[in-house]
Amino acid sequence: MDFEFSAEQIAIRDTIRELVQDRVAPRAAEIDQTGEYPRDIERLFADNGILGIPFPEDYGGISGSSVTICMGIEEIAKACASSSLILAVQALGAYPILVAGSEEQKKRLCPPLASGDKVAAYALSEPGSGSDAAAMKTRAKKHGSEYVLNGTKQFITHGSVAGTLVVFAQTDPNANHRGISAFVLERETSPWKVEKLEHKLGIRGSPTAQIVLEDVKVPAANRLGEEGAGFKIALAVLDRSRPGIGAQALGIAEGAFAYALNYVKERQQFGQPISSFQGIQFMLADIATQIEASRHLVFQAATKVDSKAPDLTKIAAMAKLFASDMAMRVTTDCVQLLGGYGYISDYPVERMMRDAKITQIYEGTNQIQRVVIARALLR
Amino acid sequence: MVREIAQGVVRPLAAEVDRDHRFPDEAVEAAAESGLMGVLIPRQYGGAGLDAVAFAVCIEELAQACASTAVIVDVHTSVGTEPILLFGDEEQKGRWLPQLASGELLGAFALTEPASGSDAASLKTTARRNGNGYVLNGTKVFITNIGRAGLYVVFARTGPDDGASGISAFLVPAGAPGVRVGQVFHKMGLNGSPTGELVLEDVNVPAANRLGREGQGFVVAMRALDSGRIGISGQALGIAQAAVDEARELMRERGHEQGDDFTLADMATRVESARLLAYQAAWLCSRGRPFTRQASMAKLHCTDTAMQVTLDALQIAGEDGARAGSPFERHVRDAKALQIYEGSNQVQRVVIARELLKG
Repeated sequence: MDFEFSAEQIAIRDTIRELVQDRVAPRAAEIDQTGEYPRDIERLFADNGILGIPFPEDYGGISGSSVTICMGIEEIAKACASSSLILAVQALGAYPILVAGSEEQKKRLCPPLASGDKVAAYALSEPGSGSDAAAMKTRAKKHGSEYVLNGTKQFITHGSVAGTLVVFAQTDPNANHRGISAFVLERETSPWKVEKLEHKLGIRGSPTAQIVLEDVKVPAANRLGEEGAGFKIALAVLDRSRPGIGAQALGIAEGAFAYALNYVKERQQFGQPISSFQGIQFMLADIATQIEASRHLVFQAATKVDSKAPDLTKIAAMAKLFASDMAMRVTTDCVQLLGGYGYISDYPVERMMRDAKITQIYEGTNQIQRVVIARALLR
Repeated sequence: MVREIAQGVVRPLAAEVDRDHRFPDEAVEAAAESGLMGVLIPRQYGGAGLDAVAFAVCIEELAQACASTAVIVDVHTSVGTEPILLFGDEEQKGRWLPQLASGELLGAFALTEPASGSDAASLKTTARRNGNGYVLNGTKVFITNIGRAGLYVVFARTGPDDGASGISAFLVPAGAPGVRVGQVFHKMGLNGSPTGELVLEDVNVPAANRLGREGQGFVVAMRALDSGRIGISGQALGIAQAAVDEARELMRERGHEQGDDFTLADMATRVESARLLAYQAAWLCSRGRPFTRQASMAKLHCTDTAMQVTLDALQIAGEDGARAGSPFERHVRDAKALQIYEGSNQVQRVVIARELLKG
């Protein structure tokens, strides 16, 4: 399958590529070392319209296409996986509103996100409810024209920096997953508390928060879809966001490979560049082949999201699974290609290897992707 | 006994030395008190006089608790000490081995240079004859135990020959004038074990500190690395076993389904097969039989297994396991080094293929 990107998509990609090389790549090592969220890069993305990519023009954005989102995430992740989450999580927060919101909600909630005045976050997981999302304990009780939310959400990317938080909570705890509803919290009117931030193996510049909701009031007008529709919304969102994680994994692998490829051409041992050894050449060939295969799967999945293809759930899970497993293998091999230098933080590939691991875990662990794929096959 | 120390003293420090990038003094002291620093050293020099199998088991036990501590002890015991055991004269053995056996001196091995990694024979450090001694100049890199070692086995060029035959081995005390620690690296893992540059500037070394003959240095290095690879195999097995055990405990606590069950089965099977390969190499070594190919196979298979198994265990643990301070993410970071040092796994494949194809 050949992917024909539109002239507009290519223009967007080239703009991002240039910005990333000039402004993000030089910051990547420092972002990892300090573990601080790069506000400057969030601003850079906002000012250049990158945070508007997940939104159609009608809602203040510039695209709304999953293919374009994936192109953007891939470009950013080549240099800095932490920074790529600024776009990826903006898309993750946008999807519930775009998928399930009313016209009024879209018109009201999207523009501040599309302009980058606010960043979004998505709160589904809980301490006792990871892969089993239906086991969530967070409650939303209706009082008149508002809901009151109580509970704890775990591993919420950007939960500490977001201005808009999509939260899933039980409105009818007896109804199991059919009792889950989705809400949009805006920080000014429905403030949440950040209990703690995690220190992590990788993506250290992307804050992962534990969030506590204590009697947080949310207007009923901010409920997305019907009561009880939350679980369906969550699954529909993950279908759409998974190609983005595939794109992130793809970008991380490409970034590591570009560095390692250059290194093996320069590094001399036994009187010749180590790229002249067949053992190294075979590694390069395998890495490039895996990247190429992943790219096709990721953009095929993104294309299916955009065309609302009937098999998008399966293909999106495949793209996430395949690309993230690929990124883990490829970055591990790229560290190997640099030898001892690959293992020290003066070189970027060890960071990329640490960053790659999370792509196998979040937005549905790869075990869950396999469950999703098998279920689609056996239906 | 080793397990007692490993689990009682070493393991409780593992997360802290990783987080703070600090040398596990208490762990190394405990290892010294129990005689671990002299496992391979004969009793007459104050050691335990045990063989390569016992050595592999000791390193495995330590690595199960803390991979940083394991590599500190491993490098000291194998490549830091064995060159003296195998190539030292009586005077050298009597002088250095008791101090190494007691742990009073920590050993280290300085072969690699910035432009000379896998191609060790191309090293540039020079040892110029000067009266009854040598003057050493050069920079060594990726030296485990840097700054902590009391004695470095240093490889330098004595002859005009620019190949392997121009290299000699020297015992260089850390306190010798002109010996300096250069950059100490910030690494992905093994944070409790310092790694860095050893700079030699006009270091005077008496001829009595040359190990073996002039020009024999490369042979000394290769022989030391052969048994060093048994130690690294043990280290890999320890890390891998810890990952298997922790994944198993976690699955027991929180429940499990068949997908993860199969992963766990594969992990345990891989570790078991790797262990047999390592023990075979160690056994051959202990019997004085050729073991170069088996040592390389063990190093390759054990370290690739450790990488795979630690990644699998982290995948089973999920996002909780990726939290800094979790043993799951630490094992992954630690395991990666093993595919690289003491001969990258590419070099192991070169060695294995050469052994298979020769003659």
